[in-house]
Amino acid sequence: MKMMVSVLNKLSTLNNREDRTVKEKRTRTRDVKIEVKNLNLWFGKNHVLKNINLKILKNKVTAIIGPSGCGKTTLIRSFNRMVDLDGARVEGEVLLDGENIYDYGANVVAIREKVGMVFQKPNPFPMSIYDNVAYGPRIHGVNNSKELNKIVEYSLKMAALWDEVKDRLNVNAYELSGGQQQRLCIARALSINPEVLLMDEPCSALDPIATSKIEDLIWDLKEKITVVIVTHNMQQAARVSQYTAFMYLGELIEYDETEKIFENPSEERTRDYITGKFG
Amino acid sequence: MKAEKELTAVTKGVGLGEILFSIPTLLILASFILIMGVVIINGAQVINWEFITGTPGARMLYGTPLGLPLSYGGILPMIFGTLALVSGAICIAVPLGILSAIYINEYLHEGRLKSFIIQTISNLAGVPSIVFGLFAFAFFCKQLDFGVSLLSGWLVLGFMALPIIVKSTEEALKTIPKSFREASLALGATKWETITKTVLPVAAPGISTGTILGIGRVAGETAAILFAAAVFYQSNLYPTNIFQPVMALTYHLYYEATTSPFAAVNRPYEFGTALVLVGLVLLFVIFAIYIRNKGLKRRKGW
Repeated sequence: MKMMVSVLNKLSTLNNREDRTVKEKRTRTRDVKIEVKNLNLWFGKNHVLKNINLKILKNKVTAIIGPSGCGKTTLIRSFNRMVDLDGARVEGEVLLDGENIYDYGANVVAIREKVGMVFQKPNPFPMSIYDNVAYGPRIHGVNNSKELNKIVEYSLKMAALWDEVKDRLNVNAYELSGGQQQRLCIARALSINPEVLLMDEPCSALDPIATSKIEDLIWDLKEKITVVIVTHNMQQAARVSQYTAFMYLGELIEYDETEKIFENPSEERTRDYITGKFG
Repeated sequence: MKAEKELTAVTKGVGLGEILFSIPTLLILASFILIMGVVIINGAQVINWEFITGTPGARMLYGTPLGLPLSYGGILPMIFGTLALVSGAICIAVPLGILSAIYINEYLHEGRLKSFIIQTISNLAGVPSIVFGLFAFAFFCKQLDFGVSLLSGWLVLGFMALPIIVKSTEEALKTIPKSFREASLALGATKWETITKTVLPVAAPGISTGTILGIGRVAGETAAILFAAAVFYQSNLYPTNIFQPVMALTYHLYYEATTSPFAAVNRPYEFGTALVLVGLVLLFVIFAIYIRNKGLKRRKGW
């Protein structure tokens, strides 16, 4: 397992290098999935996000790191307007494929269909495994059982859970282990074919084996979608992401290729955080 | 040395706290057993098929010169009346109560309005039932001209059950983790879909438990229907439309216990009636517990 991880890491660095040489100079608008422009966010009088500017690239894994309370979670929750539920006041723009999701009259439902989310604690619905995955498609009008079966199988395979649960799809989701539950939540999020997957510390409640499974999964997912992952675990950020953003006290301190952030950050505070001087 | 002694003293034997807390618990248990025991011992002797399925005669109107009990002949119309009152009250209180609880918990933002509404509902629960009864008589029976009728009874019992149903539904909704709502919304579900497809199905056992308990509460209500819905006797026994009054177990019991000149003859029949009433309410409660246990199985893990 360890060997595999290290091989994957190597591959990722190679990949990154390739990416850099080929693509760095031509980060064009069509490669940008989400563009954050002068984003400010308040909870009451509490200024949580301070003038964030950030471009999330298509089909890449972007990690957001930083100490607790720095606004990482709030930032990704602003990408699918989940911050609306928290009573946040937002200024600035978050452009999804060039369209501001905070425009007056923006279709929140459509935005959340495109931008899926996996939460910190596994939160399957207290229903069967099948119904959990079929929930999204059903809401969006898929009622044909053959089609649903296909979607459920496909999503569970994407989430690398199919082989473990294919014989007990009608079992309550809470019969699964924590790691399986989290992969089920990933399958559920994938069931409606999102273009972006936001992951809010998806492994923080899981053991190392479950964590490595989910990391492998994230690695595969970027072939098809754009992934933004918030993590506390810097090794994890280094393992799974191509780009890393470091946040501190509501500000985006540094955003660059993961390799650069971890090997040669340009900001003092980034270096201090990564080397463990604070956090 | 001293500390050691104290330690052993505490671990040995029964602590003061245990005595302090156990006595009231045992008292409650004892009083329940005592009440049920008295009702069962006194009432069981008159319970038979005829008592439950028979109907009383017109003799009830003029008292019982032969020294026969008022319930003589059976209490089926009263059982029917109580069930009719309760089922109508359910039809009024359950939809209103559940809908308003959803509004309060899912739509209303924290603030003055919300706490005012919750406070008002709690106060409604605190209004004495005789006041409900008087209000029902003045408003439903007289003002709206429904008369002493089944309809007035439905309305007043429905109003009495409302706060219980709203409160218990609200509690049930509160126990549904925010994470379920977030998961649903994050999948692009609307608020309506989230409530109907995630929140309500999961909260259903809790909602129905509270609702059934609320129903059990109004089934035993006497004062509220005293003026508004119940009569001691009517010649057609069963109401033929909703503007006619009904005979009800509770009111029958009250009348029997307070007006009969032959107390000794009547007593067992009073307890028999009480036993039937308690049995009905107990059925509701057992049903509620069954539903709750079924629901608890589903929610393991969160």
